[in-house]
Amino acid sequence: MTTATQQPETTHYLCIGCPMGCRLEVDDIEGEVVEVRGNSCRRGDAYGRQEHVAPKRMVTTTVRVENGRWARLPVKTRDAIPKELMGALCDALHTLTLQAPISMGDVVLGNALDTGVDVVASRDMPVE
Amino acid sequence: MLITNPKHLKPDYDVVVVGGGPAGMGAAIGAKESGAERVLVVDREKEAGGVLLQCIHPGFGLHHFKEELTGPEYAQRYLEQVLDQDIDLATDSYVLDLDRDNRVKLMSGQAGVNVLSSKAVVLAMGARERTRGAIRTPGTRVSGVLTAGLAQRFVNMMGLLPGNRAVILGSGDIGLIMARRLTLEGVEVVGVYEIMPHANGLNRNIVQCLHDFDIPLHLSTTVVDIHGGDRLEAVTVAPVDGFTPDMSRSQRIPCDTLLLSIGLIPDNELARQLNLRFDPVTSGPLVASTMETSKDGVFACGNTVHIHDLVDFVSQESELAGRNAGLYARGQQPPPDNIRLIPGENVAYCVPQTISSDRDHTVYMRVRQPMENCLLRLGDVYEKKIRFVLPAEMVNIKVRPKFLQQFHGDSLRVDIAPQQ
Repeated sequence: MTTATQQPETTHYLCIGCPMGCRLEVDDIEGEVVEVRGNSCRRGDAYGRQEHVAPKRMVTTTVRVENGRWARLPVKTRDAIPKELMGALCDALHTLTLQAPISMGDVVLGNALDTGVDVVASRDMPVE
Repeated sequence: MLITNPKHLKPDYDVVVVGGGPAGMGAAIGAKESGAERVLVVDREKEAGGVLLQCIHPGFGLHHFKEELTGPEYAQRYLEQVLDQDIDLATDSYVLDLDRDNRVKLMSGQAGVNVLSSKAVVLAMGARERTRGAIRTPGTRVSGVLTAGLAQRFVNMMGLLPGNRAVILGSGDIGLIMARRLTLEGVEVVGVYEIMPHANGLNRNIVQCLHDFDIPLHLSTTVVDIHGGDRLEAVTVAPVDGFTPDMSRSQRIPCDTLLLSIGLIPDNELARQLNLRFDPVTSGPLVASTMETSKDGVFACGNTVHIHDLVDFVSQESELAGRNAGLYARGQQPPPDNIRLIPGENVAYCVPQTISSDRDHTVYMRVRQPMENCLLRLGDVYEKKIRFVLPAEMVNIKVRPKFLQQFHGDSLRVDIAPQQ
């Protein structure tokens, strides 16, 4: 039961949603986020709520590529994935070898680690 | 995609842009916008895009494209715009010299040496990283000591890992981002050491690059010795009081890699060759509010002028430089500036260094010290409250003609002071 008399517990976060770096205060009553303060935009509110409950991160890394202009193709998760899966995702991507040409947006690894999130190429990689 | 090389360079251009990174691409787009017809971008690399191509992390473009992009995505989108607008791009090409009449001596892998005439030139060569020599780090000259940005290029483009156990000196953004990058690639990152009592990178990078991976940040601490024969074996770190290390509390840290993230300096060989007037604080050329340098028809933008922390600001500033270069080429320049900006309390520098009272400006500045609840004052004509300022985060203000209606002087002091 949440009543008006209960004191919220405040946790401080630094928003990483954009380079502004707003200092957030997230109020929690019995595991429920009741208020986010200090944000200057909606991204900050969403980030504060998510960060408090289950932090997520975008992952960017590279994948080995053959015949390309460069030896590595930069890739990114199309959406944020649970923070604790970052290492495992990079390990999975280390096992891949791609062939050029590749276009920006091409799916490199679909539904990565069953998160429902695709890993996509973040540039074109022409044949060299 | 990111490469073209016009087989037939035109003999004359309205605007030649030196550098094909974000600043150069922005300037070229700006020049086109203002009506310049013949625009050429020159880049020494085999593809344009500049440092963005190795900055594979997200966080770019929130202002400019209104969405979050990685560096390569930002570069590719921008370059597509450049090529769509019929701008010539010469990659694998190098500007050797500019003469008094803005003739450009161009050396290119495919076309040899050419002298092109140009009505206006935009310098957008970016910056170089400071190296070990710049801070006179003592110790042996071993392999395994390299700048963070070079390591970034090795890891993200060339597929080479610099080592297995790394120490990072300096808390600049590139160092912080490389701490995370190396960790994700399986390199052990022992810690980041920063000589100043405050971090030098964006706060968000401290959170997502260090805290997320439990990498410690040691403030007021620096590397005082480098050990090893051929290859780096260890570094000695010590806390500092001001800049004096306390050797009684020094510590030897075994590692095979030392990354230096100790700042950037504008790449200004060409600007020096041209004898432009410089700002001793930015190490870049002095620029008017049109981004014109002290030489007629030569404009500058991006990290060549001052070091930015966000590419979005580079884009904004360089589109302005390009627009004015285009206007110059057409003989339609705005009236010259009439007010000099003087950096005052807690302001290291202002760019542009001069403004004009008849139009809107964005003035960029950097503070010397962190400060909370401060007041930015523009002489006694305008003030604005700011929650906090950090040396690592550029401050910008819009200066509007209405602020200056009652102002008749020729210089304005800019201060960032605590609120009374």
